[in-house]
Amino acid sequence: MNYQLDFTPVIDGLPALLMGCLGTFLLALAGMALAIVIGVGGVVLRDSKIAPVRWLVKAFVEIIRNTPFLVQIFFIYFALPLAGLRLDPTPTAIIALGINGGAYAIEIIRGGVQSIGKGQIEAGLALGLHKAQVFRLIVLKPALRAIFPSLTSQFVLLTLTTSIASAISAYELTSVAQRIESDSFRSFEVYGTITLFYLVISWVMMRFFSAISTRYFSYPVK
Amino acid sequence: MNQPAVQNPAPAVTMIAMTHVEKWYGEFQALTDINLTVRKGERIVLCGPSGSGKSTLIRCINHLESYQKGEIRVGGTRLGDDAKTIDAVRREVGMVFQHFNLFPHMSVLENCMLAPMRSLGVSKGEAEATARQLLGRVKILEQAEKYPAQLSGGQQQRVAIARALCMKPKVMLFDEPTSALDPEMVKEVLDTMIGLADEGMTMICVTHEMGFARQVANRVIFMASGAIVEEAPPEEFFHNPRHERTRKFLGEILSKH
Repeated sequence: MNYQLDFTPVIDGLPALLMGCLGTFLLALAGMALAIVIGVGGVVLRDSKIAPVRWLVKAFVEIIRNTPFLVQIFFIYFALPLAGLRLDPTPTAIIALGINGGAYAIEIIRGGVQSIGKGQIEAGLALGLHKAQVFRLIVLKPALRAIFPSLTSQFVLLTLTTSIASAISAYELTSVAQRIESDSFRSFEVYGTITLFYLVISWVMMRFFSAISTRYFSYPVK
Repeated sequence: MNQPAVQNPAPAVTMIAMTHVEKWYGEFQALTDINLTVRKGERIVLCGPSGSGKSTLIRCINHLESYQKGEIRVGGTRLGDDAKTIDAVRREVGMVFQHFNLFPHMSVLENCMLAPMRSLGVSKGEAEATARQLLGRVKILEQAEKYPAQLSGGQQQRVAIARALCMKPKVMLFDEPTSALDPEMVKEVLDTMIGLADEGMTMICVTHEMGFARQVANRVIFMASGAIVEEAPPEEFFHNPRHERTRKFLGEILSKH
């Protein structure tokens, strides 16, 4: 091992790397927001009265969960423009992350919804609430509470998956690191540093979710 | 309002009328030719062996169960399969369940305020005032800020009664309200129900609490195999049952207590 460590490019590039961290955070948060919307919406539509809607949701979940994320993001970025839909790298990444995370979220949240007893739903209906109100006001929160640990790990995974968006040069940490590395050839220092950064980012995300859990899901259960 | 009600009380208003109601689960007939009229202020106790259809019967009244034949009228509304009549009926009919079914993520007070606000469109202030008043009536006001999991079974069931009453229902349905309770908590719930009966609430109670039936019911109805077998005032029902199945059932249930 004659390799001489030289962190100068990393130190010089620190402002850019920190901006990259911010980009990663924003990408992840936007992706999660979209994933939650798709997840909850998908759970509702998956039990739709209209059979083709149910099939569509099932097909969506199967396709997304059984194909690589890199292919999905390439498809949106390179293939959709041929169909007339041209998006910038960062919006592409957000949509891809949202769609991918959403497909997993549908399955996770559905498990939570199924864990809610029939009695809860009947009590809501007997009180004159509509089905949609029962879902939104009575079922959703306890269902999310039940699956929140799984959802947290899925969303930490989503946060780390943002690095794949570097393949289409979306603005995030890995693409910033790639640039610094290709200018300086300091692979060990650069990727070593962002490995640490990703650890911190994951940790912050977990704290974020545990704060949400404490804030919203800390009601006592037997 | 100022009618002289001494000699000739106004003819009793029919609250619930079930005529020739039939229900199947696939091949299995759960209800057979149910005919039941409940007048305003009447207290009915429904009893019978498990699987006899008594829960199914009262669950048809607020359409938690659908039925295939016959007609159910609640108040002036003929219950159909459409959301409109179902909603209208559910706003007038309160229900108390065996397992309480309080919403775990809401405080006792929020449990009681939810439906009046979301279903009737009552203001928050008014919903809270009503909730506090009715929680006081079931003697549990001091627990208003607690969550269901922090209460005993008896307390939870009293909250469930208050929650149903917050909708100002004209009829209350009780589906084995004391069956999931520890014995020492049965009385507090029954006392609450007796109080409600004394105030003139129209009630249908599925229960095996025969003491309650004796004290409160105008009529006791015995069901078996999805049909009404016998229907009589409590005195007659307990001392002079006409049907063999009723006698057998009473023998079993009274020897247990």
